[in-house]
Amino acid sequence: MSKDLIEKKPLLQVIDLKQYFVLKKEAMFQTKQVVKAVDGINFDLYPGETLSIVGESGCGKSTTGRSILRLDEPTEGDVLFKGQSLPKMSKRELRNVRGNIQVIFQDPYASLNPRRTIRQMLDEAMAIQKVLPPNKREARMLELMQHVGLRPEYLERYPHEFSGGQRQRIGIARALAVNPEIIICDEAVSALDVSIRAQILNLLKKLQKEFDLTFLFISHDLSVVRHISDRVMVMYLGKVVEISDKSSLFDKPLHPYTKALLSAIPVTDQTKRGERIILKGDVPSPLSPPVGCRFHTRCPFATDLCRQKEPVLVELEKNHSVACHFAKELSS
Amino acid sequence: MTVNTSLVNTVDLVLARKKIRREKRRLFFSTLGQNKAAVVGGIIILFYISLTFLAPILAPYDPYAINLQDKLQFPSWTHWMGTDDKGRDILSRILYGSRLSLGVGFSSVFFGAFFGIILGLVAGYYGKWVDTIISRSLDVMLAFPGILLALAIISALGPSLINVTIAVGVFSIPLFARIVRGSTMEIKQLEYIDAIRTLGANDFTIIFRHIFPNILSPIIVQGSLRLATAILSAAGLSFLGLGAQPPSPEWGAMLSSGRDFLFSAPYMAIFPGLMISVLVLGFNLFGDGLRDALDPRMKK
Repeated sequence: MSKDLIEKKPLLQVIDLKQYFVLKKEAMFQTKQVVKAVDGINFDLYPGETLSIVGESGCGKSTTGRSILRLDEPTEGDVLFKGQSLPKMSKRELRNVRGNIQVIFQDPYASLNPRRTIRQMLDEAMAIQKVLPPNKREARMLELMQHVGLRPEYLERYPHEFSGGQRQRIGIARALAVNPEIIICDEAVSALDVSIRAQILNLLKKLQKEFDLTFLFISHDLSVVRHISDRVMVMYLGKVVEISDKSSLFDKPLHPYTKALLSAIPVTDQTKRGERIILKGDVPSPLSPPVGCRFHTRCPFATDLCRQKEPVLVELEKNHSVACHFAKELSS
Repeated sequence: MTVNTSLVNTVDLVLARKKIRREKRRLFFSTLGQNKAAVVGGIIILFYISLTFLAPILAPYDPYAINLQDKLQFPSWTHWMGTDDKGRDILSRILYGSRLSLGVGFSSVFFGAFFGIILGLVAGYYGKWVDTIISRSLDVMLAFPGILLALAIISALGPSLINVTIAVGVFSIPLFARIVRGSTMEIKQLEYIDAIRTLGANDFTIIFRHIFPNILSPIIVQGSLRLATAILSAAGLSFLGLGAQPPSPEWGAMLSSGRDFLFSAPYMAIFPGLMISVLVLGFNLFGDGLRDALDPRMKK
């Protein structure tokens, strides 16, 4: 799949995106503290693919999603949707293109307004984006319910009457109601039981095929990522450390951080079990990220070079880029 | 899906919707009903409200008719609550006065809630400098003692019942604004607000259709508790001669005119005073019960 991706034009381009948060000063003469949640990342999202962003909590993966959607205004950089810059749009222009990029959130309990029935939610979504005239919405709502595997009479119910998995289906239906091209799944299955997680993942895959959707799939769960992605991007402390085709990344990870992450996936087959790489220490605070390579404080292979110079993302193999000074040496 | 089944579905859907609404209402009333104090409060309030409607039927005399021959009569079968210093029937005056006292209470709370809710929603939703300006101004208002603020407003506008309503209402604004602001900030950061923003809703829709319905409970509770204070303050201002003027049967004003006869005709002050106390008690009991029924987090 990824071979022909190169010839395709990207649907969404993220260019040097930065998202800083200024913390409130606690004392009067304290210097401003800035959290660099996302610190200059670049990637393209191609039509029809599923790109996953993985990383530990606090690495900036969810913030990336929120900045693209302008739920938080990005500090710097650009996001191009079909060549149009989202951060530079006026609020009014933005509202008109919002229907193209939808989001499914992590918490199925907080992502639905408790005072509105499912019918009201779906109807409002279509009304805001003017997808359909009012008299045609009824049929469309029944169709949507069918697509996400819910019974049509559930339309009249309130969110508290549903289970977590059903709520997530409602969230998906709401996103689909406006005919989006891109859906950002922000930890969309992380809060669900394992059995329900598989159902929702399969539903997402089915819908992707049916509606030609492009997914930006944000998750910390590598087994989920392996199941659903075409390409995978690994983030660490607000930076991209590795981006690659799924198979290439899982078979032959190049960055030491990715290797450590992958070694943490539980395997059932004992003969396949590789050496477990256990990282020392915690993730450094994004308030004062390490100089040089951000991973050097925890990297088993770090040298003086890593402590001084920040590595750039280099395409080492076809469709497989990595930001590490010693990626070549380590991979052989 | 064929036409036939979709028709059946629609009928089912409407029935299901009605059933759910009924169920929700039943639950709310049963929680409220379990609280005995709230039931007593509710009955008191209903009793007073029915008085306002039934005053012309129940009142045995004209509340304004002066009859100097019968002045200062002790309660008897002809005058159940006695007569005042101008020979007017106190019971009739109290019945008609319920309209004034409840009217002032409700309209001042409505006035305060209206502006308070808007200010609170705007401050809580937009945050940053908008919030700073609104919140600091409200702090300034809260720093004044309520009665002093009311006195200032009335001395500017002149004494009358309408001005008392405005004064008490103005003082209620910051109380509502504060509660609304806090709840708005809490709701604003929930994912369903992000979801509706991602769908492209404008600020007005988000604030009034998605945030406002979710912060109604604390507003209703605050409103019912505030009604008690508002009625008391309005009566207080009338007692001081700043509100309802003499012939008017407003309870505070009646209390004030009874002051001179406390020893010779205590019933002139006792009955209006009793009416005010019981009404305030009713609103307080009911408000506390409402809070428990609407907001399970406040339960002990």
